[in-house]
Amino acid sequence: MATQTIAHGEQQRVNYLNWKTTVASWLFTYDHKRIGILYLVSITIFFLLGGIAAALIRMELATPKGDLLTSDVYNKMFTIHGVLMIFFFLVPSIPAVFGNFVLPMMIGARDVAFPRLNLLSWYFFMVGALLATIALVKGGIDTGWTFYTPYSSSFAKGEVSLAIVGVFLAGFSSIFTGINFLVTIHKMRAPGMTWFRLPLFVWAMYATSLIQVLGTPVVAITLLLVAVERSLRIGIFDPNLGGDPILYQHLFWFYSHPAVYIMILPGMGVISEVISAFSKKRVFGYHFVAFASLAIAIIGFLVWGHHMFSTGQSIYASILFSFLTFLVAIPSAIKTFNWMATIWKGRVHWEAPMIYALGFMGLFVIGGLTGLYLAAMATNVHLTDTYFIVAHFHYVMVGGAIMAYLAALHFWWPKMTGRMYPQSWAKLSALLVFVGFNLTFFPQFILGYMGMPRRYHSYPEEWAALNLLSSAGASVLGIGYLLPAIYLVWSLKYGRVVTERNPWGARGLEWELVDTPPDPHNFERTPIVTRPAYDYGHPEEPTGIIPKPRPVVVGGKDG
Amino acid sequence: MSVKEAEVLEHGTSLAHPAHEEILGEQFETLEQQNNAYLIGMWAFIVQEVLFLGAIFAAYGIYRLKYLHEFTLAHKELDWVVGGINTLVLLASSYTMARAVRAAMQNKHGRQILYLGFTLFFAGIFMFNKYIEYSKKYEHHLIPGWGYDAHAIVEHGEKKKILEPLPDGNYKIKLETEKTVTPEEFKQRTQLFLGFYFILTGLHGLHVLVGMIAIGVLMVRAYIDYKKRKPVADYMPVEMVGLYWHFVDIVWIFIYPLLYLIGR
Repeated sequence: MATQTIAHGEQQRVNYLNWKTTVASWLFTYDHKRIGILYLVSITIFFLLGGIAAALIRMELATPKGDLLTSDVYNKMFTIHGVLMIFFFLVPSIPAVFGNFVLPMMIGARDVAFPRLNLLSWYFFMVGALLATIALVKGGIDTGWTFYTPYSSSFAKGEVSLAIVGVFLAGFSSIFTGINFLVTIHKMRAPGMTWFRLPLFVWAMYATSLIQVLGTPVVAITLLLVAVERSLRIGIFDPNLGGDPILYQHLFWFYSHPAVYIMILPGMGVISEVISAFSKKRVFGYHFVAFASLAIAIIGFLVWGHHMFSTGQSIYASILFSFLTFLVAIPSAIKTFNWMATIWKGRVHWEAPMIYALGFMGLFVIGGLTGLYLAAMATNVHLTDTYFIVAHFHYVMVGGAIMAYLAALHFWWPKMTGRMYPQSWAKLSALLVFVGFNLTFFPQFILGYMGMPRRYHSYPEEWAALNLLSSAGASVLGIGYLLPAIYLVWSLKYGRVVTERNPWGARGLEWELVDTPPDPHNFERTPIVTRPAYDYGHPEEPTGIIPKPRPVVVGGKDG
Repeated sequence: MSVKEAEVLEHGTSLAHPAHEEILGEQFETLEQQNNAYLIGMWAFIVQEVLFLGAIFAAYGIYRLKYLHEFTLAHKELDWVVGGINTLVLLASSYTMARAVRAAMQNKHGRQILYLGFTLFFAGIFMFNKYIEYSKKYEHHLIPGWGYDAHAIVEHGEKKKILEPLPDGNYKIKLETEKTVTPEEFKQRTQLFLGFYFILTGLHGLHVLVGMIAIGVLMVRAYIDYKKRKPVADYMPVEMVGLYWHFVDIVWIFIYPLLYLIGR
């Protein structure tokens, strides 16, 4: 089919983008690729909105006085920033966009196991996002993204319950995606695609889906209980009514700590793909990287108490949580060292996705190591609720997760759109993001160490220089994020047309056997996988083959 | 390449049975794959439900330990006889559901409709009993946040001689150990119990309702299959609603002793 374009000249091959073009064909599509694109467009909007809130926050903090925003508006801004970025951008980002787009192709399937559920999850997401946006715009809420009780349940004004229902629906969208991918990975693998032939992105998505299915329902019901307490005044979390606010924090972090891994694990999967594709080498220690994903998912469920060292929880519980938190560093380090070993002696190609992936490694290592300062109970008490925390989780979730998201976007963009973006601009923006990010958030480590608390709109004069540096860095970072938006959209019309299946020379079914852009059914027929993933050592052997058409049987089914 | 792979390569993947064609989803290769996918999906959904409801059970357990006296008094307002009848009704519905799944597997449409009808009937009885229970709570002003008033619980406790109003206006609750609480605290904590009661039984009732709708849809589908005299009908929807239904039953099997029976 790929050769048709050349053979017929102007006549274009049927692909998932052009085989139907009505609006309804997009809004009611069951095609995992189109649903991925729907998610891509929607979360980009929320990234933009959350980014505007972040810009206002950094503008306010450029000077020590609270002159641009009142403290009230400032509180609403960081709530908008947190709620939109976490629940409506980071959690769905890589799983819902790239998990949907490439996961079925990677395992040789025509679609996910439950295409209708897949579409339903997008609608849940959109309705949830709509409700949350209404709540955030209509007067706004100032609880912070954590909705801590009793403030959120008894005191906060505004449409807290509406925002909670929005997050609740987005949570179920995430659960549906998780269930779908779990079943897809279990049951939809092509013949020959054994568990240890799976690309590491699929392993990472498997671990992510486990967290989505096991963690998200807990935060969903917890937020629902907050809404119940708000409306009926039952004392579940408010001590004035006989409740226990710490119980809220336990239930909240039982999800929300693993949720950090929902954001970073798919990113790690992307980095495994990109590093190996651009080093032209099999990922070093494949099994270790695969099991490290599962280990992170499992241990991640046992560390939530490290968010609560200063709440007066039992010291023995804290010791245990601290120990388990240190444990998470081991699988994370395994991954990082194995990526480095993959690059070592590889034939490294410095294309844009690789630059983003290297940026991820640098930022993730800083974010991960500063996590150990916070896992230690003594330093944690000093650093709790300071800018050190803010810097730490931005290094992991922005430096890590968004860098990986951009790497994925640049890596699979030609496959998704059939167009290539300008490499030099992409490399420049990767560099700008890396530099801008460090300028923005490294000073915040120092500020936090000096004791600057988070969530205030004004601060003493002596912190002015570092804050100004941080705000200046944020504008560089902002340009770094705007550039891809411009040149990627530009490339849709003016970018070099990509017709070859495998522009990067990468291994994997989605590169070797799927047309660019993909056919609506991905493969002509279900492929048969014959080689392990990342088999760069055997360039002459394809990872999988499309079997010959079956002999025609009367009454038989033609695939 | 293994022998099996080579064989598939030569002859193509196995062909679906012609009769299965119209029930086989486009994304699947074989009916077996489709059925297994649906089963794993349903189990994953049930695991999700366990954690969803598990968080409330955990919170209930914590507050029951914390406010043992108040909770024990408040739980005596629940009617354990009606709850017990409902337990039996749900167990019976589980049995008929299992028979319906069996009938669907054997492609016996008439029997399937009959047993689904029984299941729906039992579910209706369950919901009717719930309605009676809820309206009693309304009469006694025991709906949290809706003119809640602990008087009924106080009177009840006095009659059973486990609650004694003290001269200073406080209440002394006498179980194996004694505890004195202010009326305000008593009101808040018994309301918390009834809050848990309504959240748990309310969410459970919602699940029963969803199950009833699903059973209704299955009955209509089975009737259409019966009219068309379909040779092979897809039994998986019945199997999956069956799994869901048994799960909803098990949730009740936890709710009944934890709320109605414990401490009676």
